[in-house]
Amino acid sequence: MGEPYDRQSGGLPSLEPALRVAITGGTAGLGLALVREFHRRGAAIAFVARGRERVERVAREIPGTHGFVGDLARKHDIHPVALQITGSLGGLDVLVNNASSLGPVPLALLADTECEQLELALATNLVGPFRLTKALLGALSASARQGRGAVILNITSDAAINPYPQWGAYGASKAALSHLSRIRDAELAGEGVRVFARDPGDMDTELHALALPGSDPASLKRPATAARELADAITAALPNSDLRGVRPV
Amino acid sequence: MIAESRPVQRPPGARLLVIDAAGRMRHVPRADLATMLRSGDLVIANDAATLPASLHGTHIATSTAIEVRLAGWPTAILDDPHHFHAIVFGAGDYRQRTEDRSPPPILHPGDRLALGPLSVRVEALLGHPRLAAIRFEGRPDAIWAGLASHGRPIQYMHVPAPLALWDVWTPIAGPPVAFEPPSAGFALDWRSLVAMRARGIVFATLTHAAGISSTGDPELDNLLPFDEPYSIPAATANAIRAARARGGRIVAIGTTVVRALEAAGARDGIVRAGNGVATGRIGIATKLRVVDALFTGAHEPGTSHHALLGAFLDETMLRRMDAELAANHYRTHEFGDAVLVERDVGSGRLADPPRRAEKIV
Repeated sequence: MGEPYDRQSGGLPSLEPALRVAITGGTAGLGLALVREFHRRGAAIAFVARGRERVERVAREIPGTHGFVGDLARKHDIHPVALQITGSLGGLDVLVNNASSLGPVPLALLADTECEQLELALATNLVGPFRLTKALLGALSASARQGRGAVILNITSDAAINPYPQWGAYGASKAALSHLSRIRDAELAGEGVRVFARDPGDMDTELHALALPGSDPASLKRPATAARELADAITAALPNSDLRGVRPV
Repeated sequence: MIAESRPVQRPPGARLLVIDAAGRMRHVPRADLATMLRSGDLVIANDAATLPASLHGTHIATSTAIEVRLAGWPTAILDDPHHFHAIVFGAGDYRQRTEDRSPPPILHPGDRLALGPLSVRVEALLGHPRLAAIRFEGRPDAIWAGLASHGRPIQYMHVPAPLALWDVWTPIAGPPVAFEPPSAGFALDWRSLVAMRARGIVFATLTHAAGISSTGDPELDNLLPFDEPYSIPAATANAIRAARARGGRIVAIGTTVVRALEAAGARDGIVRAGNGVATGRIGIATKLRVVDALFTGAHEPGTSHHALLGAFLDETMLRRMDAELAANHYRTHEFGDAVLVERDVGSGRLADPPRRAEKIV
């Protein structure tokens, strides 16, 4: 019987376009570091964030990247964002769901957390990635069928595992995202699409400063370091990545 | 067939009329499509996502309200969102019958159109007052952003509620290059792909920029479908070669797949990877060189989609199909009911056909 999802053989990988990567929350912290890291590796990048001014600034500063404004917690933004990603890149090989919400800021005990704050954390950290993945799965699975491979990386946290007081909304939403990732990976194995969740570690980012304003930045991981590790993990999950100019630098 | 008034692209009760190469018919649930195919078959679908191609705005020179419907790509290259062919209407929207829409103001090359955040120039008229070559101004990313925020899916009066993009993207939608949905793809869900794989059926995709289905003008409608660019991945061309070698059939999901594959294989029946443009109509006079079977919505006689079935079925069989669909109250293609037809090639049969039409649903 045939080879339904085999990689194409006999192609000319050097003629294929660069790796096409979409990153949400791409104008700050880890997301921005991932945009820089993949740009350095020669990938074609689309990124999404809520603030127009920051989106335009990052797109200016990192020439060749495609920046779009969207709020992934809003259902009506999802398909327009997907349209801009696949329109500008012509397809998609890698999706990084990085945009995150802490829920209540300052952090709060669950007993003090408003329902709406929990809903916002779930909308941003769980439902948004679910929806965007659904909208982009056609493009990602097409890449897999064409032998380019396809990876979905969902950014999670140790708060998804450890019951840190005051991290309830964030931790519960990230725990759900982690489990969703494992199930999706099992379901999409036959399509050749890999899905995984990664905890990048405690980083010196705006999000972290919002959560723990008193932390010493020097004690925290640099986002660029985490971005390099994550880009390596993504590259390792792709077939033939070394043939497409996207190699660890 | 019964026209209904709700958009139901994935109705659980959708039905499928299967006509095999010997002309035998049977009725099954559409969800059982995979069981009508057999190990070694290659199923090819169109993974084009649908553009929000309806853009309301103003014709600057006359301050007249207009609607622009993007309707075609002028070249085979699908990654430049500057240039389109478009149908232009005057004031109004899809809530009117397309045939009743007012004409646009008289358009001249160089005219500016303000479409929300998008600025457009008319480059040329294409032989008809409603059909123009247009150019979006600005950088590609700004054009994508403008289309995303201001564009709406093209729709028609029979569906009264405004459509969102998610209504017009099939589950496998990828590159946004179609002007209306390649609607046969709505029958595919991820479960059906798993079911096909389990049966040894191979699945592949191509991208075909499906065009508009109605212009509201008889003269223009006669030109439909417009030229449609397509892109065939190397993996899909290889899969076709492999299917042929093992005696598997090529099963097209939707008429756009037939157009793309027959255009690509027109010279010698061999489908090569790459971009091309499908021109002209496929019909009763067409000798199919690539596609063995077609899954498509139930189409009414007189439409170009129905005419395309003539490449698979002779006139007698077409009439029998129409009668069978009418007698069994099939709904039109927008509402999910479908047919699977196999051309008579003297070999190859759909799986286990009963001896006569058998009602299952």
